[in-house]
Amino acid sequence: MSGISRRDVIKAQALAAAAAAAGVAVPASAQNLVTDASLTDLKWSKAACRFCGTGCSIMVATKAGRVVATHGDAESEVNRGLNCVKGYFLSKIMYGSDRLTTPLLRKKNGKFDKDGEFESVSWDEAFDVMAEKWKATLKAKGPKAVGMFGSGQWTVWEGYAASKLMKAGFRSNNIDPNARHCMASAVGGFIRTFGIDEPMGCYDDFEHADAFVVWGANMAEMHPILWTRLADRRLSHPHVKVAVLSTFENRSFDLADIPAVFTPQTDLIIANYVANHIIQSGAVNEEFVSQYVNFRKGAQDIGYGLRPDNPLEMAAANAGSGASEPMSMEEFAEFVKPYTLDYAAEKSGVPKERLQEIAELYADPDRKVMSLWTMGVNQHTRGVWMNNLIYNIHLMTGKISQPGNSPFSLTGQPSACGTAREVGTFSHRLPADLVVKNPEHREIAETIWQLPTGTVPGWVGAHAVLQNRMLKDGEINCYWVQVNNNMQAAPNMMQEGLPGYRNPDNFIVVSDAYPTVTAEAADLVLPTAMWVEKEGAYGNAERRTQFWHQLVSPPEGAMSDMWQVVEFSKRFKTEDVWPEEILNASPNYKGKTLYEVLFANGKVDAYPNDQLSKEYGNHEAEDFGFYIQKGLFEEYAAFGRGHGHDLADFDTYHEVRGLRWPVVNGKETRWRFNGKYDPYVTDGADFKFYGKPDGRAVVFALPYEPPAESPDEEYPFWLSTGRVLEHWHSGSMTQRVPELFKAMPDAVCFMHPDDAEKLGLRRGAGVRIVSRRGEIISRVETRGRNKPPRGLIFVPWFDARQLINKVTLDATDPLSKQTDFKKCAVRIEAA
Amino acid sequence: MKTLARIMFGVFALVSVAAFAQDQFATMRSSTPLADNAAPRPMSKPENTDLRQVRNYPEQPPLIPHAIDGYQVDKNSNKCLTCHARAAVADSQAPMVSITHFMNRDNQFLASVTPRRYFCNQCHVPQTDARPLVENTFVDVDKVIDYVKSKEGAK
Repeated sequence: MSGISRRDVIKAQALAAAAAAAGVAVPASAQNLVTDASLTDLKWSKAACRFCGTGCSIMVATKAGRVVATHGDAESEVNRGLNCVKGYFLSKIMYGSDRLTTPLLRKKNGKFDKDGEFESVSWDEAFDVMAEKWKATLKAKGPKAVGMFGSGQWTVWEGYAASKLMKAGFRSNNIDPNARHCMASAVGGFIRTFGIDEPMGCYDDFEHADAFVVWGANMAEMHPILWTRLADRRLSHPHVKVAVLSTFENRSFDLADIPAVFTPQTDLIIANYVANHIIQSGAVNEEFVSQYVNFRKGAQDIGYGLRPDNPLEMAAANAGSGASEPMSMEEFAEFVKPYTLDYAAEKSGVPKERLQEIAELYADPDRKVMSLWTMGVNQHTRGVWMNNLIYNIHLMTGKISQPGNSPFSLTGQPSACGTAREVGTFSHRLPADLVVKNPEHREIAETIWQLPTGTVPGWVGAHAVLQNRMLKDGEINCYWVQVNNNMQAAPNMMQEGLPGYRNPDNFIVVSDAYPTVTAEAADLVLPTAMWVEKEGAYGNAERRTQFWHQLVSPPEGAMSDMWQVVEFSKRFKTEDVWPEEILNASPNYKGKTLYEVLFANGKVDAYPNDQLSKEYGNHEAEDFGFYIQKGLFEEYAAFGRGHGHDLADFDTYHEVRGLRWPVVNGKETRWRFNGKYDPYVTDGADFKFYGKPDGRAVVFALPYEPPAESPDEEYPFWLSTGRVLEHWHSGSMTQRVPELFKAMPDAVCFMHPDDAEKLGLRRGAGVRIVSRRGEIISRVETRGRNKPPRGLIFVPWFDARQLINKVTLDATDPLSKQTDFKKCAVRIEAA
Repeated sequence: MKTLARIMFGVFALVSVAAFAQDQFATMRSSTPLADNAAPRPMSKPENTDLRQVRNYPEQPPLIPHAIDGYQVDKNSNKCLTCHARAAVADSQAPMVSITHFMNRDNQFLASVTPRRYFCNQCHVPQTDARPLVENTFVDVDKVIDYVKSKEGAK
């Protein structure tokens, strides 16, 4: 077709379309150019992106109380003016026509009824009913019967306020974030290997590395802006190599010099083979290893995090054990010796020469290597182990904590690091890597929080998957979900999640901006302000803390999560929630509300509203009468300052494009544990892994162990779930943006054309995807962006109409308690 | 300042309250109870009209108004550039890639499209004929300006 004739056709079509769509697209010639500055001026402000853990900075334009445009922030080091397609459409995420603007309570005959229909109620009535349920449950069953499920999308102070209300106010550690589903194994890996959470390197590594090894991730779709930095490096510098390992071919393979599709779970074998290759080829960095590394052998046969009566758990010799014992380098070499090239190729299905090329990238002393991973490694029944095994490779070669030499754990959510991990909203954590089990850590928290000794409980609370089990079993009866859509996101919905929420003994509260699947399963829904409708702070995957102001008002009736938590605390007196022995020992706390004890405590309310920016609103500060975000942040920051987690002062973050902690004397830290860059490495040492008492990181001997469920005759396919570029998580925001919806409207069942043919299915055919736990109906896609090998299907989970987590298995890593969403067995039937 | 937002939300609040009266209210599930599975819609078809769409704001990456099935965009080749490259547009009459795409991380113009913009479909996506399940009430800046003008008295 010649260009000109095509052009003529297009022109004619365009005229017809313009005529048909009168009032939608005004022809350019009919429009006058508006030049009056008072009309055309937009107010541009910075904000962090609402989506993934990359943490792009966004410029947001507002006019007349509306967000009218967004674009990538050119001043931001993270993204330098770029956004992915989701980021470019941030302007529209708050404007779905079904925004919730009033609390909704299930009622019959004017009263709460679990089987009733949702009716509008006032915030007062909503909190009254909630408080009544919480008080009755606390009285009858104590703090273990209440729970909260939060998010790596909570802002820093939202997570901090919620954590404080739960752990200090209600004295319950049953609070966990949805980051449990995405980052818990990464955390487990960091703590086990380094004794301190979060990456040592930063995004600057992208511009320094000579090779990238992507372990079980699809960065092209899930971390597009980091992929632009990686692609920039690879394509501008031809010596750079990219290896992509995955259980199916995806868009990241488009840039792969070394593509490797491996059999699920054999990443454990590949990583041990690489370690073996490094030893056998004499590539161990002896000097580095002798000074900075210990070797330990981990417990084996550790189970699958299923219910304790599951046969797999009963059969496991060391279910849930993270124990380890010291070993020598020589013993470690013996341990990995069976992981030969032949064995690895046979088990993984990856050709030998490719495995060898990958191993050589690490072994070559002149090549700086960046390893990158997220959900493939973390959502894994041996996720902590896989994290450990990748660190093994970097530690043995000394390729760590230097520009371009970087094992880099990517993050899924915008503040999985900043809130879930750093604030410590997990059921076992407190801020700044402190843990509830440690009495000294609890004491630090009680001191900073100005609370009586013994207020913070020492028992480890219920993690995400356990919370759903306890709801089903009627052990948690009052439950509050904020900023996430866990009915859609959590595994095994039909056997655990849904029966748990609908258990008549339970009262479920869901705070959300939109009527999601989870909200539908709730008893009370609270309408919530989102993103730039409130002042916020997120922390991204490279330890960068970023702030934004409230840029527009929330819709009338919606309030921020933090406001909800703090306002709810006013309904409780210490007598309602604390035992007599604590109050008798500290009688000055008697008669006070939790609001007075936790929030109006002289610290959180120490910053008056005259410190608010004159340019921006702040609906919470206006309501509470003090600059509550600043107070919460400064109290929180006291946990980490001077302890390797230093944050800058509050006001600084409103000025800069984020800073990477530890921020010491106003300076951010790019490479931790490296004496050249990290002020915490003292005494002139080159390196110091100061998270460990002896300054040494740990190389762990950990074997291959099989997955919890593998395909068999009855259920012959592997099922892997995951995301797509256009939608973020459960799609509650992006599915409401028409352009993103129309780009990827429905989940599909990606499968190999040969498998489809064998089952007599054509592209587009309806299929039932059935597991031992549940089923959904989808449509076959054989030509899409994901190209699974024979025997594996991939189904994304963004689609509320195809709830693939009805099918998935709630097996977790026994150490991190993170679900393996990448492996279970299914069969496919024509629908 | 708040008024426009209030008006916009007010209109839809009426619609929404009615919907809440139903038991199944997850908008995206079109009243299918949570435990059930509705038959999925037929697969949507790519829109292939070549008609350019009005952008929501100037910074929005244009949507791709044609099908891109089977387009090769990998480290060896970029099919999009056969029409959209600077030198190709005389023949193709397709829009040239934006000049921003020639800038590197430090805002310097390169001789060719920057590799950081190499994978077009990270920002530019085609559309299907699927009908959105929920309306979006984003207001185009021109309409916001009209609103401001109407408040201040027409100029």
